[in-house]
Amino acid sequence: MTPIEFDFLKKFLKDRSGLVLSDDKQYLVESRLLPIANNSGLETLSKLVQELQRPGSRKLQEDVVEAMTTNESFFFRDKTPFDNFKEIMMPHMLEARGSSRSVKIWCAAASTGQEPYSLAICLKEMGPKLAGWRTRIVGTDLSAEVLEKAKAGLYSQFEVQRGLPIQLLLKYFEQKGDLWQIDAGIKAMVELSKLNLLENFSHMGEFDIIFCRNVLIYFDQATKSEILGRLAKLMPEDGYLVLGAAETVVGLTDAFKPVSGKRGLFQRNSTAGVSAARTRPLAAGLAGRV
Amino acid sequence: MKQCLVVDDSSVIRKVARRILEDLNFEITEAEDGQQALDECRKNMPDAILLDWNMPVMDGLEFLTSLRGEDGGENPIVVFCTTENDVAHIARAIRAGANEYIMKPFDREIVEAKFQEVGLI
Repeated sequence: MTPIEFDFLKKFLKDRSGLVLSDDKQYLVESRLLPIANNSGLETLSKLVQELQRPGSRKLQEDVVEAMTTNESFFFRDKTPFDNFKEIMMPHMLEARGSSRSVKIWCAAASTGQEPYSLAICLKEMGPKLAGWRTRIVGTDLSAEVLEKAKAGLYSQFEVQRGLPIQLLLKYFEQKGDLWQIDAGIKAMVELSKLNLLENFSHMGEFDIIFCRNVLIYFDQATKSEILGRLAKLMPEDGYLVLGAAETVVGLTDAFKPVSGKRGLFQRNSTAGVSAARTRPLAAGLAGRV
Repeated sequence: MKQCLVVDDSSVIRKVARRILEDLNFEITEAEDGQQALDECRKNMPDAILLDWNMPVMDGLEFLTSLRGEDGGENPIVVFCTTENDVAHIARAIRAGANEYIMKPFDREIVEAKFQEVGLI
């Protein structure tokens, strides 16, 4: 792709979707748009760029916008939520769920699978501490297409290099040509299904920990509040909610309160009048921590 | 300011890496092969080393093995940065004492993520 062609794509995407593409994102454009080009019988990105400028290429234009605006996902993205998972949420659950020995986790924007698989790797790395425990990770996403990729568990060299320590790459991935396949054991820990957060999700059951990062940003205030309220109803009183680093519940709901000093981490607010019936007895020793 | 030694026989790669790492507040020195890198380390042990594998005179793995045997050579954090992208090479590098491993081609985000991973930033 020539600089002129790249500039064309930059302007095209900015005009169509507001997406701002920096100059070091050429690899991203290539990895996302080559499959689109090939699907349309175009061998190179240069031909794709030519085709985009042709009147009547509306379908192709839409495909290109969609491919480029799908949220990028990294393994262990932002690191802190996963540190909090290992150092705060899971230690709490290990103590509080001593009798049921069961922890349920929901990734509400699983995208291409990196987040639920990162959580599965965290659990696996906890090793003997979780012996005899049942852990369940459910990943959902609005897009069937990204879930297909998540289910395949195949990632490019770029995807496995951002956020994933090399030791974990060696331990939990197998090289398949140019791609890296996630370990079958890790894959088996994650259940993936399609779900729209705007629709009723009360059938999902109860979750101790919900990751819902960088997805509420797409909704207006009223919808955010409403979704947060429904998430709270799925959680026990000591459940944790993880939002994106720049997101908050403040001003949206009193069903959750921030965990002091931990950006993006929230706990059910037991003083608020959320009408979630407890379905799980409090474990001994928990009182006072909630 | 932390010091990073960039070791690569390609001046283009050294230049790209220098630009990325200077933005991350590193002071950069450069070497074109393992022997030059070893000489540089004997003069002044850096905090971090970004290390290519295939180079003339002395390759990256030989350099790393020698470095780890030097006085103070256990201190620098070594991040391989190479086109060798198979499991066998990665495992050899880790066994020889590499702290992280970047498979080329790389970009700013990968360097930043890997340097964060090993606690350099």
